[in-house]
This record gives sequence, structure tokens and C-alpha cells, in this order.
Amino acid sequence: MSDEPLVLGIETSCDETGVGIVRGETLLVDTVASSVEEHARFGGVVPEVASRAHLEAMVPTIERACREAGVALRDLDAIAVTSGPGLAGALLVGVASAKALAVALDKPIYGVNHLASHVAVDIVEHGPLPEPTMAMLVSGGHSSLLLVPDITNDVRSLGATMDDAAGEAFDKVARVLGLPFPGGPHIDRAAREGNRIAIDFPRGLTTGRDLERHRFDFSFSGLKTAVARWVETRHRAGESVPVADVAASFQEAVVDVLTRKALLACKEHEVDHLLIGGGVAANSRLRALAEERCDKAGVTLRVPRPGLCTDNGAMVAALGAQMVAKGREPSDLGLPTDSSMPVTLVQA
Amino acid sequence: MLLLAIDTSTTAITTALHDGSSVVAEVTTLDARAHAEHLAPGVRAALAQAGAAPTDVTDVVVGIGPGPFTGLRVGIVTGRTFAFALGLPVRGLTSLDALAHEAWLRGRRGDLLVATDARRKEVYAATYVLDDSAATRMAGPLVSRAADLEPDVRGLPAAGRGALLYADSLPLAVEPVDVSGGALADLAARRLALAPAAPDGIRQQVEPGHGFDGLEPLYLRRPDAAPAPPSTKSTLG
Repeated sequence: MSDEPLVLGIETSCDETGVGIVRGETLLVDTVASSVEEHARFGGVVPEVASRAHLEAMVPTIERACREAGVALRDLDAIAVTSGPGLAGALLVGVASAKALAVALDKPIYGVNHLASHVAVDIVEHGPLPEPTMAMLVSGGHSSLLLVPDITNDVRSLGATMDDAAGEAFDKVARVLGLPFPGGPHIDRAAREGNRIAIDFPRGLTTGRDLERHRFDFSFSGLKTAVARWVETRHRAGESVPVADVAASFQEAVVDVLTRKALLACKEHEVDHLLIGGGVAANSRLRALAEERCDKAGVTLRVPRPGLCTDNGAMVAALGAQMVAKGREPSDLGLPTDSSMPVTLVQA
Repeated sequence: MLLLAIDTSTTAITTALHDGSSVVAEVTTLDARAHAEHLAPGVRAALAQAGAAPTDVTDVVVGIGPGPFTGLRVGIVTGRTFAFALGLPVRGLTSLDALAHEAWLRGRRGDLLVATDARRKEVYAATYVLDDSAATRMAGPLVSRAADLEPDVRGLPAAGRGALLYADSLPLAVEPVDVSGGALADLAARRLALAPAAPDGIRQQVEPGHGFDGLEPLYLRRPDAAPAPPSTKSTLG
């Protein structure tokens, strides 16, 4: 037996019902039930559909995780759960389930931040986080640059998106191009056949006063509109739309801004480790360009494997295990969900 | 036997323990907006009141609604998870039945309407006949505007918060207003006493039957969502 804390993590902030079990810094199991297919025909995640799916998947997902890891619930040291940010009704299902485990098993509960969990998950993939680490989180709901001196209680926000999240821009552009939801993987695939410099789409907040005032903030709404206008102009002229070129040029604009700002943050804060997490971190061009630019800048890049970049329970368990290992106090059993939990608040 | 009952289908976040002969603990918080905050501490407090450990619990029963979705799910997932964690059988009961049963326990007899708040200016409703042996559901549950219920139904004594909210349509408001965990536990204990013992090895969701309703929430409404239109609006003006 090991002295390292055995923690079960529950994640239900959006459309994935995730349960993971971590011992210390070792991932034992990561189980995810997704309702993404139920949302596809609506062109986006429908909160009530997601909440209903969480309720049905919750206990079977916990059961599967325990079975696959060979873990008995009574052997757990703690329960961790995403308490925010996310969809209010979806978060409630996971938090209520985690609390029921805590009461039934008489275990401590840690309500943790979804975004901090996206950072912490890389501990079970690539080992302890250097302190500080620069972290960029890019997903359908978030685009943030974070300076992380201590993932269990000190996360500082350097900047975030002013409008659309990066992943949201992928979904919206996919729709303009007639590609299915979720847009990220489809644009990534289409872009491989396209020319990245075919169309010079705008890079938001990267020049002049915008860059001064919003040094580490992002804006993708103008880019999305620029793509839509470009495509509509072609349609009106009766010309065909080169989907691969549009996808590749759009994708390049997004990942160019993301990596440029992330490395600028590393340089100005003298941090030599960059971690990229969140669903968009699964994008192959983002990974390639980040690697290229990090190499040039002498920055070590850490990106969890794609399965751990999208929402999952392992990331919550990973952060919970850090909390236990560092002796952080558990949350109160009355802990609330917080759909707009600030990124700087690691624990509820 | 120690039966844990949970209901979050009304404004009451309520939980109780029943030992086979009576309700031995009940904790209720009235807060329509914070089900997940209060329920787990309520279960822990009820166990403390009864001087029992979680591992002393032998059966779990949850109210499956109908009720406002977000709060309703809190109770159902709590009951399902608690039971799973301890390897216990978990059963569901229609929450409106617990209101009718409480009226029956208080001595009411005759016809009864139960109408709870369904939000959006509607009620969840069911009708019952209360005789000396039990409260028996005759119709429902359904979701409707109070004013759209049949006239003879609207004239019945009406338990549940719906009668307070829509007094114009439901003039004969009677107790109780919200579900009580104790009444739910009492109803479950009576039905369990009549049911055959669950087969060995059952842990998790017991099939409906023998007076129980299964564990699926009674939403009675579909999610509000429309399929995405094929094209987006013009960006060229």
C-alpha cells in the first residue's frame, strides 16, 4: 500500500460526465460518459439536455471507474468535485453526487475549480508542476492565461477572452463552413488539406494600443465575423468556398495569437514552463506551433494527451490529490456550486 | 430496518429516517434555490439525530417528482449515489403521493387534489381518494395551468403550494404545502412492509412495482431547445 492519497474526482460542468481516480500523482482510471451526440443537432450544448444526461450517467460512471481501477470506495481518502465554473444545473448533479459519497463514506470533500483542474491534470501525465508555471487554458468556454505559483491555492489571472472563447470560435466557424458540431476536430481535419496563409484573417488584440491595454487578453469575435463575411462574399459572388483554406487560415489566426501571447507572458514573467490545457489543446496545429515557438524561446512545453485536455474526472482527482498531499482543509459539506467561479479561486 | 427518505421536488429540501415502526429523525430546509447546499448536511444531521452511522442505513427511497428539474435531480442523484456507495437498494416514489399520504396521516378523508409549483405559471397535479386504508392516486401526475384543470377538480380541497399560488383557480387550500421527508418515509415503510424482500445482492436501482415507481425523474416536460437552423444570419448587412 502507498501513503499517497487516493482521491476520486467528479466533473460535470458541461456535457461530459467524468469520474477519475488518482493515487498521489498516478492516474488509476479516467472514465467519461459524453452527451455530445445529443447536443449535435442543436448546434451547441443545451444545458437541460446535459443535466438530464449527467443524472443518468452519474452512478454508472462512478461504478465503472471503481471497477476498472480495482478500487473500493471505502478505501478513498477524499472526494473531489468541480464546483465551478460551468453550467449551473450540470454542476449541481456532480456536486450532489460527490456530497452523497462524502456523507455515505464519511470522507472529506474538496470542491475545486474546473480551470485549475485543467492545469493540475498534467501532474499525472508529466509529473510535478514547476512553481511557477505559465498555463494557457483554451476550451469551448474559456481562454485564459494563468500564472500559477501553487496550483492548490495561488492561481493568478493574467488575461482572458473579452468575448468568444477560442473553442466557441471554432464551433461558430465550423457552422459557417457547414461542418458538424463540435467544430474543433472537424476544422483541424479540414485544415490539414488547406493553405494556412491563403487568407489573412485578423489577429485580435495583437497590435498597438490594443496590445498595450490588453496585453494578455484575447478576442475571437472579430475573427469569427471576418470569416463569416469572407465566406458570404464568396457565396454572393456565386463562387465556391475553399473550405480547407478557410479552415486552415482561420485556425492559423487563432493559434498564432494564442501562442504569441503565451510566450510573451512567459518572457515578461520570466517563466520557463508553459502548460496548455483545455479542449482546444487537442488541436494539432496549436500543439505544433506552440512546440516550434517554445523551442525557439527556450521554454519547456507541457501538453497533456488529448484525452486529458477535454473535460474529465481525472483532472479533478489530480487537483484533489494535490490538496490532500499539501494538507489543505477540505470544503464544507454545504459548499455551493458557482457557475461563474473566478479562476483565481482554486477551492470552494 | 433504517430507511433513509429524500425529497427535493418542492421548496422543502427534506430528509428523514424511519426504523420500521416510526420516523426517528427528520431535517427539512425551505429554500427553493439551494437544494444541493442543504441536502447532504441535512442527511448527516438526520443521522446524528437518530444516533445512527451511514452504514446503519438499510434502504433508500427518493421522491422522483414531478418537480422543478434542477432541484429534483439533486435529491435523485443523492439517493442513487448514497445507496450505491453503501450497496443498498434504492427505490422511487411519486412525490405528490407523499403530500397526499401526509394529508391522510393528518386524518383527511375523501377526494383530494395535490397541486405543486411547476413554475412557468403551471402546477404539477394529481387527484386522490383518501379512505380509511390509504390515499390512492386516481389521475395524474400531469402538468397544467391551474385554471385549465377540470372544474370539478379545481373545486377539490387542494394540498401543495399550487393552491397558495393560484387561489383564484384552487380556492380550497389545505395542508400540507410541501413534501415532508417524514411522510415520504412513512409511506415507503408501509409499502416496503407489503413488498416481498429484495433478492440478495441487489444494490442499486430496484425495479418499479409493489407500490414503488422506479427511479426515473418525472419531468413531464421536454427540454427547451430547438434544432439549429441550417444557415447563420448575414454578416454583410
